[in-house]
Amino acid sequence: MNQPRGGRTKRAISLTVNGQATAVRVFPMERLLDVLRSELGLTGTKEGCGEGECGSCSVLMDGELVNSCLIPALQANRSVIVTIEGLATDGRLTNLQRAFLQCGGAQCGICTPGMLLAARHLLCKNPNPSLDDVREGLSGNLCRCTGYMQIFEAVLEAARREDLS
Amino acid sequence: MNTGGIVGTSVPRLEGRGKVTGEAQYVDDMVLPGMLFGATVRSRIPRGKIRKLMFGPDIDWNEFVIVLAKDIPGKNCIALIEDDQPCLAKEMINHPEEPIVLLAHPDRHLLAKAVAAVSVECDSLPVLFTMEESERQTEVIWGTDNLFKSYLIEKGNIEEIWEKADHIVEGEYTTGAQEQLYIENNGMIATFEAKQGLTVWGSLQCPYYVHKSLMKLFDLPAERVRVVQMETGGAFGGKEDYPSMIAGHAALLSMKSGKPVKVIYDRMEDMVATTKRHPSRTRHRTAVDKDGKILGGEIDFTIDGGAYKTLSPVVLSRGAIHAGGPYYWPSIRIRAKAVATNTPPQGAFRGFGAPQSLFAMERQMDRIAGVVGLSPVEIRRRNFLKPGQTTTTGQVVREDIDLRKLLDRALELSDYHAKKQKFAEENPRRDHKKGMGIATVLHGAGFTGSGERYLASVVGVEACEDGSIRILVSSTEFGQGTNTVLCQIAAEALGLRYEDVAIARPDTREVPNSGPTVASRTVMVVGKLVQSAAIGIRQTLVASGLLPEQHTRDEFRATCRAYVSEHGSFRSLAQYEQPDDIVWDEEQYRGSAYAAFAWAAYIAEVSVDLTTYSVSVDDFVALQEVGKVLHPVLARGQIIGGVAQAIGFALYEKVVWEKGRMQNGQMTNYIMPTSADLPIIRVYFEELGNHHGAYGAKGIGELPMDGPAPAIINAVEDAIGAPFNSIPLLPEDIFAAISERTASANLASRAGGLE
Amino acid sequence: MRAHPAEYELVAPRTLPAALSLMAQEPGAWLPIAGGTDVMVQYSAGNLRARKLVSIWNLPELRKIEVSGDEIQIGAGSTCADLQKHELIQRDFRLLSIAANWTGGIANQNRGTIGGNIVNASPAADSLPALLVYEAELILASSRGERRVPYHGFHVDYRKTQLGPDELIRAICLKRRFSDYYAHTRKVGARNAQAISKVCLAALGRLAGGTIQDIRLAMGSVAPVPFRLTETERGIRGQAPSAQLIEAARKTAAAEIRPIDDIRSTARYRASVAGNLVAEFLEQLRAGGTIK
Repeated sequence: MNQPRGGRTKRAISLTVNGQATAVRVFPMERLLDVLRSELGLTGTKEGCGEGECGSCSVLMDGELVNSCLIPALQANRSVIVTIEGLATDGRLTNLQRAFLQCGGAQCGICTPGMLLAARHLLCKNPNPSLDDVREGLSGNLCRCTGYMQIFEAVLEAARREDLS
Repeated sequence: MNTGGIVGTSVPRLEGRGKVTGEAQYVDDMVLPGMLFGATVRSRIPRGKIRKLMFGPDIDWNEFVIVLAKDIPGKNCIALIEDDQPCLAKEMINHPEEPIVLLAHPDRHLLAKAVAAVSVECDSLPVLFTMEESERQTEVIWGTDNLFKSYLIEKGNIEEIWEKADHIVEGEYTTGAQEQLYIENNGMIATFEAKQGLTVWGSLQCPYYVHKSLMKLFDLPAERVRVVQMETGGAFGGKEDYPSMIAGHAALLSMKSGKPVKVIYDRMEDMVATTKRHPSRTRHRTAVDKDGKILGGEIDFTIDGGAYKTLSPVVLSRGAIHAGGPYYWPSIRIRAKAVATNTPPQGAFRGFGAPQSLFAMERQMDRIAGVVGLSPVEIRRRNFLKPGQTTTTGQVVREDIDLRKLLDRALELSDYHAKKQKFAEENPRRDHKKGMGIATVLHGAGFTGSGERYLASVVGVEACEDGSIRILVSSTEFGQGTNTVLCQIAAEALGLRYEDVAIARPDTREVPNSGPTVASRTVMVVGKLVQSAAIGIRQTLVASGLLPEQHTRDEFRATCRAYVSEHGSFRSLAQYEQPDDIVWDEEQYRGSAYAAFAWAAYIAEVSVDLTTYSVSVDDFVALQEVGKVLHPVLARGQIIGGVAQAIGFALYEKVVWEKGRMQNGQMTNYIMPTSADLPIIRVYFEELGNHHGAYGAKGIGELPMDGPAPAIINAVEDAIGAPFNSIPLLPEDIFAAISERTASANLASRAGGLE
Repeated sequence: MRAHPAEYELVAPRTLPAALSLMAQEPGAWLPIAGGTDVMVQYSAGNLRARKLVSIWNLPELRKIEVSGDEIQIGAGSTCADLQKHELIQRDFRLLSIAANWTGGIANQNRGTIGGNIVNASPAADSLPALLVYEAELILASSRGERRVPYHGFHVDYRKTQLGPDELIRAICLKRRFSDYYAHTRKVGARNAQAISKVCLAALGRLAGGTIQDIRLAMGSVAPVPFRLTETERGIRGQAPSAQLIEAARKTAAAEIRPIDDIRSTARYRASVAGNLVAEFLEQLRAGGTIK
């Protein structure tokens, strides 16, 4: 048998994901990223590097932006998680999502979920960011396709729209 | 050309919604019942003979599916240009990270340990790691002479130019390997079923390349192999040929186990084991008259292909053809070669040889300017190709391109002259030295020479029962906008709305072979065929008598519905035919290399911080003539993204090699620019049209990779007066050059003092 | 992901005494993990030797910042984000606040802790030079009690600290006596964000009567441990910031440090840049100084 010796057992973890109370049985050192993708089938959160450098795995945990590839499941016990699947409500896209679509903020799309959550996190803390604020706020999310500018424009556009509404 | 308002506007990205909601399905998002996970045991030495494989004692190997080279039913190769690259190494290892054994297990987490538990006993053999070592042939590691391919391009009378020259300018320029660094790693899922045959789903650019290689690997006929593209998270050429390898691996494991198998690389494996941009070395020797006009020259262009041939001949070809830049060469001799080293095979990366040779050309132009005593602007103005003149391969420039005007506009947009003067005045008083740099380049769209004719791409458009039409191409979307632009073209061609057009997922069971999604050919070549095929649908409906020649969108849709309900859905196919004015001699390597060139003038403004020796790009102007901009937001996005990658190529992205293996295979240590490192990149277009491309469009995907690096290095020289001829240019290199310059200045002044 | 989660045990005691008690039972067997921004990277790469981990994330005794009189006690479980948000740290310990902003992107700043930074003991860690110039003291806790140690000397060698196998850092103590110092810090990395430093300087200087009355210089990535440039300081203290002094200091600093060639940079580059950073700071003092 190849399963590791030592009798490590799975543990019950409770968390709220996208507004839904959820319980899973996982090894405590399972990455939150894998809990979301494999246990909960929420594949919108992506793995780009596994080392906390690219930000594709970003989620909101208790309102703060975190890299889910670096969080052991046990530390997410009793936390409130928002993933990309939790942004749009009832199928209606948020201003941010629509702005990304209109401004060319998404090309291949793999960085987009993390980027949107980072942008959401930024706008919650700073509803009227400058270009430099946006640049800094998204500096932990790597994009290889866009060269970032149209992403920044999308975020600023979304901020402008939220302001108007 | 007038359009109905779809082509030329920024319609919503076709598959965009799924990308912003997390619903888009990339290969690792897909799960099949009973699926196993696969992993690869790779060689740890660069070259040797395999003596023994040993499976360690702490693993119960009975639980694992194990595949070796001997399990391959067909030919053990990844079929591409040549069949020299094995799918799995059998007796010989020729590079670090070469695949040897495949393992699969239901528990993904067990694989890393299992891979580590397989040891491969080898007898090491002598190795070659650099182009120079390969050229010396102290060891022959490939073929009879380490040479994958060579080309000779000649024009005019090269022997006569040297006596006539007032100046002979020489220079050597090198570029390093560059990792494509798509944010989604390579991945494949395969199912091998006795009845159905073999199906693979994956992250890829060219379904039919994978299809062809799987046929050979498994000795299966075409209809028993199916390749389906999943949403692909970036590619840039890095998923042009490598997917055939990983697909073969997943498929072999599936064949052996009878179960679906998923193989997904982690970042380190993807970086160290898969293809990168070819390192290059270009040697220029140019004869110039006293007015700065190029009389002719010799260009020696060499690229490092790694251990197997893969795509090197084609990269070499493009690099060689672009080596002369957008200039008029009355005489030229270009000797190009691709050589073998014991490193993982290199491959396609946006630009495909041209960024390498154009880096050299644009640095050489500034060098020539310095020798002759002209400005970087003037030297280019005096040598630009003009309509009616011939390129290095003898292709007549038929477009109405005015490169002097293009450069002038770029200079104006960047405030080049005023800034250059201001910096020259202020630099002596500043710690941050500033400079301006220019690069003018061209990029041919489509496959070189006879390539498109050989591809003979086929495109289909299908009439559907709900009155809409569906495009059938093997051209893939990976962010650059394939889906969107092809649907725009079809809608425009038929007077329909953008929403009336769908595009099939690239699935070899469904779509014809419209060629690979590479070479900046999708909009120009495939788009033109989409236009033709779409018109074919109309022709059928009109010919049936059901649709008048002049019709509305609603009439079209109603007729389509009626026709399909009576006759069933039907397809209109269009196949590529080489235009009469594109004639290429493959033997002599002369003639019309590309149906169209896009042209660009790029201006970089940099600061060099002498405290840290680092360069920052403060402003960047990218001006390009592209025929027609079909989608402004997408086109701008392509240019900005390409410039960003090229800034990485110039200043940040260094592959650290040791004994043929990449040492910095993590995002922490392979430095890609973040949002905090890039300037505002200002993009401007000119549109001259082009009768070969759909609605006048030419290719633009690769063009932005060609110019930024030399523009930046030219700017650095302007800023600190030190020439750099190798990229990536790191602060450590600038420091070394400055301290050497200071040391020899000190020596000189001391020596002077002694006299 | 090159590790099997089933091979690891992770427990999350609710209080600090509970965590310390566990560590006391099997000294050295339980690896504390706070935000995980270092430990989880090692784990994913298959390089984590420890098999038993104790989570100290968010323990209330560790994640608090208290000011009493002239001292601020920063709980070791405070994140980089926590440090940046704290008004007093922003004002009186600006170098620490800036360094916290440099450490990774926002997502990593929300999780990385100052205690974790110290214990991970990478000489490249951004906040450590600031702690050296502020002359921090650490409160180390175990089930045996607490002890207070000066931060300098805490790092004994490359990635080795004075921390005992059953100990945790409970708090970092800083004395509020630097408000009349010029404070300057600069990090040189391979790029502007998310970069491991090649050289990092934290500097404090106090001018009086035209001379540099006190100066503190500390650097990261130039030695096996975060490094205080005491020799360079000695050559500067009490002197006027003249051009000659600055040049001499540049050379002394470059010679005093012990950088290496590694995957990120070269020793010679680091030495030169280190000297330049010191000179740059002294130039600022000469020009009347700026709080950066």
